[in-house]
Amino acid sequence: MSRQGGRGTENKKMNSELFTLTYGALVTQLCKDYENDDDVNKQLDKMGYNIGVRLIEDFLARSNVGRCHDFRETADVIAKIGFKMYLGITPSITNWSPGGDEFSLILENNPLVDFVELPDNHSTLIYSNLLCGVLRGALEMVQMAVDVKFVQDTLKGDSVTEIRMKFIRRIEDNLPAGEE
Amino acid sequence: MADEALFLLLHGEMVAGLYRAAEQGEGENGRCTTKLESMGFRVGQGLIERFTKDTARFKDELDIMKFICKDFWTTVFKKQIDNLRTNHQGIYVLQDNKFRLLTQMSAGKQYLEHAPKYLAFTCGLIRGGLSNLGIKSIVTAEVSSMPACKFQVMIQKM
Repeated sequence: MSRQGGRGTENKKMNSELFTLTYGALVTQLCKDYENDDDVNKQLDKMGYNIGVRLIEDFLARSNVGRCHDFRETADVIAKIGFKMYLGITPSITNWSPGGDEFSLILENNPLVDFVELPDNHSTLIYSNLLCGVLRGALEMVQMAVDVKFVQDTLKGDSVTEIRMKFIRRIEDNLPAGEE
Repeated sequence: MADEALFLLLHGEMVAGLYRAAEQGEGENGRCTTKLESMGFRVGQGLIERFTKDTARFKDELDIMKFICKDFWTTVFKKQIDNLRTNHQGIYVLQDNKFRLLTQMSAGKQYLEHAPKYLAFTCGLIRGGLSNLGIKSIVTAEVSSMPACKFQVMIQKM
């Protein structure tokens, strides 16, 4: 057990590689199963959504953040606490829309795409689309309907990876029928 | 620096997603296990390469199996294998009494029939790791009571 201390950081790095490699194997398998990139993108988004609705519980339990009062606070929490906790990176928040309901997350490096290259016949594949689903699912569980999409991707030759998040509306809690 | 929770959730969703797609599509349940196992194989190959690039050469087969049980398992599942048995003729049984991917599922016999789905990926992981260390094997798993499970590795002599 005394070895654990020295190997702490190495273990963390291996863990990130485990996730990256597993994600890569998943995308590869999906590309084999579905003929076109669009279906793969949809499937990744759906899977991400399912992960997101569970991840938010883990996040809230471990991070102890209270309810966010506006979208700006939400953005800060996502970038500085959420991404940091799960992927070890802190994206920067830029490009706020005038109405304060849209912003961009800029990721200098995306851990999901370590060791990855997109072949030419998959140019419309959004490799990290799982992330969009995760963000969407997680926020839906805290009563926010959002639209999340990639606007820049280092895999496609851009210099950074940019995710655009747009607030659509607040989701009101629906009481089950018959309960008032 | 990906968190452990992320991997657990991703794995869970992979299993669920594959089976969901199989139900809606061809309905070939057997292939899902194969797909999961082959995904694990690729990941195992890559992981073992990254992991052992600085370690010393292994003395023999048993040394490799011990490595899998201790260092490899610790890195992936945060604990060591609880028990390793062998007949010294190429069959190894790795026993994990609290398998990370099953602890959240049940403690006992409930949902036992679903357990194998969650073990396929790990079987592939072991097989892939061994394969890149020069060992050809067949890995199977069995569960009698969650979250304990046993992985059986059969070395194939070429």
